[in-house]
Formats: sequence, C-alpha cells, structure tokens
Amino acid sequence: MLTFDHVSKRYPDAGDALQDVSFYLAPGEMAFLTGHSGAGKSTLLKLIAMMEKCSRGHAILAGKNLNRVSEWQIPYIRRQLGLIFQDYKLLLDRTVFDNVALPLVVSGYHHHEIGRRVRAALDKVGLLGQEKKYPLALSGGEQQRVGIARAVVNKPRLILADEPTGNLDPELSEEVMHLFEQFQQVGVTVLIASHDIDLISRMNYRVLKLDHGQLVQEG
Amino acid sequence: MAKSQRKSQKSASETVQIYLLEHVRVLFASLGRIMKTPFTSLMTVLVLSVTLTLAGGFYLMVKNIQQLSGSLEISNQISVFLKTNVHEREAKTLAASIKALSEVDKLKVIGKRQAMEEFKAYSGFGDALAALDSNPLPIVLQVQPVAKSMDAAAIKRLMDKFERYPAVDFVQLDMLWVKRLQSISALLERAVMVLNSLLAVAIIFIMGNTIRLELQNRREEVLIAKLVGATHAFVQRPFIYTGFWLGLFAGVLAWVLISLIVLALSEPVENIASLYQGQFELLFLSFTETLGLLAVSALLGVLGAWVVLFYQLRQIRPA
Ligand SMILES: Nc1ncnc2c1ncn2[C@@H]1O[C@H](COP(=O)(O)OP(=O)(O)OP(=O)(O)O)[C@@H](O)[C@H]1O
Ligand SMILES: [Mg+2]
Repeated sequence: MLTFDHVSKRYPDAGDALQDVSFYLAPGEMAFLTGHSGAGKSTLLKLIAMMEKCSRGHAILAGKNLNRVSEWQIPYIRRQLGLIFQDYKLLLDRTVFDNVALPLVVSGYHHHEIGRRVRAALDKVGLLGQEKKYPLALSGGEQQRVGIARAVVNKPRLILADEPTGNLDPELSEEVMHLFEQFQQVGVTVLIASHDIDLISRMNYRVLKLDHGQLVQEG
Repeated sequence: MAKSQRKSQKSASETVQIYLLEHVRVLFASLGRIMKTPFTSLMTVLVLSVTLTLAGGFYLMVKNIQQLSGSLEISNQISVFLKTNVHEREAKTLAASIKALSEVDKLKVIGKRQAMEEFKAYSGFGDALAALDSNPLPIVLQVQPVAKSMDAAAIKRLMDKFERYPAVDFVQLDMLWVKRLQSISALLERAVMVLNSLLAVAIIFIMGNTIRLELQNRREEVLIAKLVGATHAFVQRPFIYTGFWLGLFAGVLAWVLISLIVLALSEPVENIASLYQGQFELLFLSFTETLGLLAVSALLGVLGAWVVLFYQLRQIRPA
C-alpha cells in the first residue's frame, strides 16, 4: 500500500526533518507513528498527502511514485486518502453535514448518494443527529469525530491521522482509536501519528518510531 | 476499490447531470455570498458600472455621430457650373438631359439673374456688382442624386460624367465638410475603440482585485477543499461565478446610468438639431446592444476573476 524508500525531507531553513526513512505498510495494516515533538511525524504524513515533496528518495502509494505525480493528478490521489488533522481543519461557517459532505461534493457524487454516505459516516462516529449544527457548537472531541467522519466518508484506501487524540481525554481517545480499529477491520490501511505512548502500548499494533527525522524502531 | 467501482457505475448522462447541477448550485451559492457582504459587493459594482458607463457612453457618442454624418450624406448636392457663354436655352436642354439620368433625383436651374440676386443678397458686394456692364456669373445646375447611388465612388462617377459635357465648366460637390465629419467620426471611432479597450482592462483589474480579496478571505476553505481532493476547476468555480454576478450587476447598473444620461441630453440635442432643421434623434442602445453590454460586462467579470485565480490559486497550497 505504502512504501518509503530512503526518503529524506529537508526544509529550506530548518534542516532535515526526515533522514533516509524506509518502511513498508501492507494493505489493510494499521500502524502507529511515534516520536518526540519535532521528530518528523507530521512531515512524514504530509509527504504522503502530497502537501510536501520528498527531497530525496521515493514515496510510493498504491504503486504510484509520488515524486512523479503531476499537479493535476494530486486531487485524484488525495481522494483515495482520508486525512485527519490535529486541528480538525473544519469549515466553521458550514454545518457538520456540509463539512462531512465536502469530499463527496468535490468528487462529484449525486446528492442522494451524498446524503446516504454522510449519515452513515456520522452514525459511525456517533454524531448522527448533530448534522445541522455548526462545528463551534460542538466539543473538541465531537469536532475531531466530525473530522474523522469526513476522512472516511469517501471510503479511502488509506487513513492518515495526525495526533487524532491530541485534544481528547483518555476515554475519548480510546474510543477514537477503537474507531480506527473498526476501519482497519474492513480493510482500510491506517497510519496514526501520536505520542500517546500509553495508549499505543495498550494496543497491539506495529509502531514506527522517529527520532530527529530518523526511523529508529520499526516493528 | 469501492469508490472507483461506484464511479464507473455512474452513467455518462448521470455524470453530466451532476456536473450541471453542481454548476447551478455554485451559481446561486455565489449569489448568496455576494448578498451576504452587500457593502463590499456594492462598492465593486459601483466602480465597475461607472467604468462601463464611460465605455458605453463613448460607444453611443460614436454611434450618434455616425448617424449624423450618415444622414447628412443623403442631402449632398452636386453643383454643375456651366461656362459663362452658355445661354439659358442651351442650359435648359442640358438640364433636361441630365434630369433624365437614372442617377439623378432632382434638378434645379439657377439662372444668371437669380444667381446675381442671391449673390447681391448674401455677399455684400451688391453695389460693386451693379457697376458691372454684364453679368459675370454662370448658370448653375443643382443636381440632387438619388439616394441609392450615394456612395463616394458613385458620386465621383456621376461628377465625371457631368464634367465631360462640353457646356460644363466645372463640377463641385459641397461634401467637403461632410467628409471631414466622416473622417472625424472615423477617428473618434478608433479613439473610442482604444479607450474602451483600456476601460476593459481596468474592469478586469478591478474585478481581479475584488476576487483577490475574496480569495484571501476564503483561503482556509480553498485549502481544506484541496486537501479533500478538490481540483483546480472546483475551487475556482465559486470565484468565477462571483465575477460573473458582479460583472452582470455592474452591466445592469451601467445600462441604467447610460439611460439617465441619454434622457438628460436628449432635449438639448433635439433643440440644437431643430436649429439646423435636422431630423436628428439621439440614439440609445438597441436591444441587441443592451444584451451585448450585459454579456461583455459579465464576461469581463469572469475574465478578471479568472486571471487572478490562474495566478493566485496555485499559490494557495496546503502545507
Ligand atoms: N513548513 C516547515 N518549514 C520549515 N521547517 C519545518 C516545517 N514543518 C516542519 N518543520 C520542521 O521539521 C521538523 C519536523 O517537524 P514535524 O512537524 O514533522 O514534527 P512532529 O513530529 O510532527 O512534531 P509534533 O509532535 O510537535 O507535531 C521540525 O524541526 C520542524 O521545525
Ligand atoms: Mg506534528
């Protein structure tokens, strides 16, 4: 599903954020990405989401070398991903429904299909009935779950989550992680960046550990 | 993959239908957005409409001057001056044969005596002329050609024909000032074309600036849409339609302003026209020209938006 082949990422004035990172993520696999603050977790996810480009090496997503993807292809690659952000990245002037519907609207789905899928996604994250609310009328955990619903509404092949539990209490965090497990069980590949060591160790999944941009533990 | 299967299941007509529906949705969503910020929108529409009014006003000015010089052309007369030794009887015969020509509509003979009377009356040399023994003035035939043979080449041919008569001294067309007016109007037309092109560029820039600000306000929205897989075409669509609406509204307002100006000018213009016994009516924009104005203003709005989006949208990229 995802291959990193000696990938380095250098920011113009901040030095190497990633150095010579190689790993492989099998289809349907779930893995955690950990490391100290500034280790390069977000950077790694951004490379996959094509928000940044590799400085060296190759990132290969579903057989596609991301270095060789042209600008106009990027949207179509992103439609195969479900992105979850620590700061949710919700549109505050749109309802929960409209936020979750956005990936479908963007991909040109029929509105019947959109309604059906949005409600299914909201149901999965336990927010059915909140669809007419605006994001600011929800708690942080609820907003995070709106973000998750938006990420999965498009039935992505790969879910990338950057600190999805960063703002949640332990109980909610566990719930959210359980959600990801459910997606993984239906065949979705999941990569979660998190520094919540306790939570990660309680769950029995592969852990990729970054330290100053280098992959120090893979297993 | 589930998604791609669904995609391929969609029929072509369904895809087109969804695409069109999306356009209609964005069309009205953009309108709604414009209404939500009435002040900013109004400012843009006002500035644009003043520019369009200038352009439309210039256009109407040229159109009216062209009408004026066109209507004057029809009253052109050819004066055929006979040699001084040609007498009244000979002149009458010539007049009859000229009048019989198909190109000639009317003909008037101005005899030596009549010419003298007129000359006395208008020149102020009456006393001096009275001292002369004989009448030095020639007989003049005033020829009014038929309207259809009125283009410059036809007139020239007619004049050459007259000049070949042995009794004719010379032929004169009192068209010089009409020609001047025509060349001035041609010059004006060109000047207005240049000016209006500049105004069009101004409109594109004004619209571009408005859209640029709008783009800044909606930066977050653009970023998020791009992150969930929106294409360039998708994210630029609402801004293009915003340009369309603002342009269209400006066009409508410009039409109203131009009407008011024409209304205010029509009375003084008709007064002047009546002084010169002219049948001149101030022309306004025709139905087609009105549609043209609206189309051009909407199009310039779209173009202004598009230019800015082309350069700025790709700079808004998630990072
Ligand atoms: N856009 C950028 N420009 C320059 N330097 C950057 C940029 N983004 C990240 N960096 C640098 O790259 C390094 C890795 O950052 P990154 O955000 O990937 O860390 P992280 O592991 O996600 O940390 P955190 O746990 O705090 O989110 C840091 O040193 C950071 O300063
Ligand atoms: Mg981070």
